[in-house]
Amino acid sequence: MDRIPILRMGDTLLVTIQVDMQDQTALTLQDDLANRIATTGASGVMIDISALEIVDSFVGRMLTSISGIARILSATTVVVGMQPAVAITLVELGLSLEGVQTALNVERGMELLRRARQENVLGR
Amino acid sequence: MAVEPTGTLPLLDEQNIVASRQMVRALCQDIKLSLVDQTKMITAASELSRNTLIHGGGGRMRWEFAERNGRRGLVLHFEDEGPGIADIALALTDGWTSGSGMGLGLPGSKRLVNEFEISSAPGAGTRVSITKWK
Repeated sequence: MDRIPILRMGDTLLVTIQVDMQDQTALTLQDDLANRIATTGASGVMIDISALEIVDSFVGRMLTSISGIARILSATTVVVGMQPAVAITLVELGLSLEGVQTALNVERGMELLRRARQENVLGR
Repeated sequence: MAVEPTGTLPLLDEQNIVASRQMVRALCQDIKLSLVDQTKMITAASELSRNTLIHGGGGRMRWEFAERNGRRGLVLHFEDEGPGIADIALALTDGWTSGSGMGLGLPGSKRLVNEFEISSAPGAGTRVSITKWK
């Protein structure tokens, strides 16, 4: 089974999904990320899905649960790079990715995480 | 990738769901569907393949091309010999789920395609057919 690598950049964890994932691979990524947030104390998680040609309800649900798990572990998640055709399809499918923060690209995602970190330091 | 005009793909494990997405992508490209329509058709196929595997206990995807009024179309059939669906209208309701999922598979896929047909009865398996026209 494929395992999606998780990179650490300072206090941000970076995941780039580049393969068409089996369901089990998505579930493993969810568990791996929860563990890495806990062991590293990361404050941000960035998931780059720009290489994904489709996001179905299974992957959509995985993105929603990762955001929820990360929030409980005190980290902010941002999903970046969604292709327009994927966004159109997701909405029609009925998936609004509620509670998932998104950004157009990696640069804006980094900016969003930086601001979230500052707000955290200031005690919100 | 050259594709066969008709064919069958088994849906017996998770790896087969990935294979069905890849096959449907090649089939969509063969009739030159737009990127958005391709994305919708592949997503619908992914949902229905998973349904066949999880709820139907495995089955198959069959495909064929169609032609109507000079338009080409792709027809996909998802078939299983599983427990079947007692209340099809209920199963087509957003958010209704028999268990693990979010209940978007059937109603969501229906919205993503041009034509959607389902036949099922308790003990008689399920067949869902979808069509996307160019």
